[in-house]
Amino acid sequence: MAYSEKVIDHYENPRNVGKLDQEAGNVGTGMVGAPACGDVMRLQIQVNDDGVIEDARFKTYGCGSAIASSSLATEWMKGKTLDEAVTIKNTDIAEELALPPVKIHCSVLAEDAIKAAIDDYRAKHDDQEEQEGRQQPSQEESQEEE
Amino acid sequence: MFDLTKNYFELFGLPVSCQVDLKALSGQYRVLQRAVHPDRFASDDERQQLLAVQYASHVNDAFHTLKQPLNRAIYLLKLAGRDVDMERNTVMDTAFLMEQMELRESVDEVRSDAHPEKALELLVARVDGDIDDYLLHFEQCWQSAGKEDLDQAEAVVKKMQFMVKLAAELEALESDLLD
Repeated sequence: MAYSEKVIDHYENPRNVGKLDQEAGNVGTGMVGAPACGDVMRLQIQVNDDGVIEDARFKTYGCGSAIASSSLATEWMKGKTLDEAVTIKNTDIAEELALPPVKIHCSVLAEDAIKAAIDDYRAKHDDQEEQEGRQQPSQEESQEEE
Repeated sequence: MFDLTKNYFELFGLPVSCQVDLKALSGQYRVLQRAVHPDRFASDDERQQLLAVQYASHVNDAFHTLKQPLNRAIYLLKLAGRDVDMERNTVMDTAFLMEQMELRESVDEVRSDAHPEKALELLVARVDGDIDDYLLHFEQCWQSAGKEDLDQAEAVVKKMQFMVKLAAELEALESDLLD
């Protein structure tokens, strides 16, 4: 089966390969796997105070299409808000990379990884806000007291 | 000739089970292969020849399904009414996926290891051991056969699929190192 030029480009020059600090409060990590081909994908995002994804990294063990799908996903996520990033669809990825039907599941994997990373970040962030909320009154409340 | 509606175990005259007598399986495979070999139908009409090809491919599918433990497990679930969808189901147990990531990193590091053969041997032992554990776990769940047991069995099969894939990669790496 022939890979499209875009798949080969991402496969040979993957963007944003690497790892972010999983323990950091502003980092969300998504781990997904596809039993069909044994692919494993880790996708991480680093989010700034404005809720914008300022960095994204991935590591994928799998075929060329899986690597290209996650590489493209990180490229697309950078600079987007979480709400924008969560709307990235596997069909967009598959179309951009011209994936054949048998490789569609690679783009599904990438979409699921995006969602998992965002969910992880949000779950972490909600916890932090709860803790901060308990430790000190919120700004609005302290303003009312003044 | 033979009944295509029979399940694979019945076709080979074996009990429906996690454990298969591989010797009996291979013996019966040869008998069935001979019976359906397309050459035997060379003088028959086109329809008969086509049927023979279909039978031969059915026998092949059945043999390879029963021979390989993972395929056999997936087939047993199918007989129990569970079609394991490997394509769609992606999000899995995070701890398991982390472990898979680490294992794959170790595979990458084998080549640069001071003693690659030794490192590879350890990994092979680890992966084979895990596959055996999964098979055992699968068998327990499958035998209990309750709804939750079968859910569990399905989850085990998915994990096993990752490990079997990894084992194949290790095999490829081994022949690569030997060259």
